[in-house]
Amino acid sequence: MKKNNLKAWLYLLPAILFLGVFMVYPLIDVCVYSVEENYNFARQSYTGIGLENFRHVLSDPYFVQALKNTFLIVIITVPLSTGLSLLIALGLSSIKPLKNLYQTIYFLPYVTNTLAVGLVFMILFKNTEYSQAMVNLLITKFGGTGVDFIEGPYWAKMFVMCFYTIWVVMPSQILILTSALASVNQDYYKAARVDGASSGRIFRKITLPMISPTVFYLIITGFIGAFKAYSDEVALFGTNLNAAGMNTIVGYVYDMLYGDSGGFPGYAAAAALVLFAIVFTITYINLAMSKNKVQYM
Amino acid sequence: MKVVLENLTKVFPPRNKKGDDVIAVSHFNFEIPDGQLIGLLGPSGCGKSTTLNLISGLETPTEGRILFGDEDVTRLSPEERGVGLVFQNYALYPHMTVEENIIFPLTNLKGDRKMTKEAMHEKAVEVAKLVQIDQLMERKPKELSGGQQQRVAIARALVKIPRVLLLDEPLSNLDARLRLQTREELRRIQRDTGVTTIFVTHDQEEAMSISDLIIVMKQGVLQQIGKPQDVYDEPENLFVAQFLGTPQINVFDGEIRGGKVWIGGEAVLDADGRADRPVWVAIRPEGFIPDENGVFTCKLDRIEVMGRDVSVVSTHPKMTGRNIRSIVSAEYRLNPGETEVRFNLKPAKVRLFDKESEARV
Repeated sequence: MKKNNLKAWLYLLPAILFLGVFMVYPLIDVCVYSVEENYNFARQSYTGIGLENFRHVLSDPYFVQALKNTFLIVIITVPLSTGLSLLIALGLSSIKPLKNLYQTIYFLPYVTNTLAVGLVFMILFKNTEYSQAMVNLLITKFGGTGVDFIEGPYWAKMFVMCFYTIWVVMPSQILILTSALASVNQDYYKAARVDGASSGRIFRKITLPMISPTVFYLIITGFIGAFKAYSDEVALFGTNLNAAGMNTIVGYVYDMLYGDSGGFPGYAAAAALVLFAIVFTITYINLAMSKNKVQYM
Repeated sequence: MKVVLENLTKVFPPRNKKGDDVIAVSHFNFEIPDGQLIGLLGPSGCGKSTTLNLISGLETPTEGRILFGDEDVTRLSPEERGVGLVFQNYALYPHMTVEENIIFPLTNLKGDRKMTKEAMHEKAVEVAKLVQIDQLMERKPKELSGGQQQRVAIARALVKIPRVLLLDEPLSNLDARLRLQTREELRRIQRDTGVTTIFVTHDQEEAMSISDLIIVMKQGVLQQIGKPQDVYDEPENLFVAQFLGTPQINVFDGEIRGGKVWIGGEAVLDADGRADRPVWVAIRPEGFIPDENGVFTCKLDRIEVMGRDVSVVSTHPKMTGRNIRSIVSAEYRLNPGETEVRFNLKPAKVRLFDKESEARV
């Protein structure tokens, strides 16, 4: 028995080693940094231990703005993207001709380079010295007045941001939901038809419960992904997100470490832990709420 | 409810561009009397499930009409037809309890047919008692045995009191002993409710044992419809004769010549005035009477003792199967070292079929 245990540990060693060095140690380190006040990389020194870093971060207007942006993105994009994906997946699974063509089209954003997507969004939304953004051209054509979506009012920027996020996450969600829908045994639908259920009721009472584990998975990962938003913001508004007022929590962490205002590992660690606490809480609430709703067959 | 099929045809488009249309059901005409249990019987792929789906309304016919009583239901949805359907795999909604499954058809009712929660519960308990699952109402389908699941499926199909109850291979997912028990149960439920019931099966024994009428199909074409014993005794063609009965009917290459039925060099029976022609001579296993001076000689292969009776396995140059099986009384004793066995034949158990058309002569 003892020998077997030794063997088991030996087999696990590479994984434990890597996880330890690249996951556990940094995690502990972040916790340590977050309580060391005025930590300095170069001198490897700090002035004291306490919650000063957290106090600073939470009262920093840039962090509060980042928190607000992140929450808005999460609250707007997660339900919208999941809902739209479900609608499109339902549509895709009920059509027969050209099904593959449509599936390919909806999946295209997933295989498209982020920078290329960013470029397209620039053409759509950014006013240049020579011409208006395409969307603005459309708006003026229909008698409205254009808005500067990239450097204009906050709501316009947030609109573009959410639009972009939804557009980027939908393809994989559609793909996953389409396969979930395809895995539902057709006999249930036939049985429901014989039982006289309308298509709306079939969706609510049969389809939705059957694919609920997948929907739930998408919501959880959607929440986590949206809370970690950063690169999409950079693609649209450039690296100086604070100036654009479009920073996110992860953006704030990055800025504290490496940005113009960088060199504050303590603040970065504290902000990262705040994000962790938020994601943890939200995921926990999600799990608790879904307990009676999600059907694992 | 009387069910009438008129010239019912279902053609499926070919699976690929080069293929031909698949004719699943071809020009069906029959009438099912009210309140009977009907077995729709045939080998796999003969179109019996398609026929069931057409009656249920899940498929629309290419041609022909379906009538329930005097009402033409050809263009009606399953719901409007008022059919109950039990699927081969039961298709119980896995996320609902037994009770929720049973009342699901009731919760879909609209307008003035809408029911209160209490009324639905009462109704559910009523049918659950009928199929004896009222103790299991709170369970989920996966917590039930196959037989229990099937009862739930039947209860769900019965809860709206359908005009016609349809069952697709109702016994195929059950083990042998449960199958026997369930088919009697099915018979009882049908008698208790009086609902016209049609069930599909490929097991001829199952169909014969509980049906009031059996309908035999082959490749989308109706072969014969009648009372089980009548169809067994008086098959209209060679296919029906071979399909019904275990062990299978024994078929010989023979002919009618000079008022006698000949198999090889032996005249085995009177031809009762039938004209001379080559025929298939089909003899039921129970149609053989061993007799030392019998008219029909076979080469003895072996004897299988089954307790109640004895199965004599023999061969003959003119047979079509692998061997000849005859079932004789257990009192029959064979002399050791015998290589030949002689039989007399019971005329009622011998049927003649045309060599070309395979129709009854």
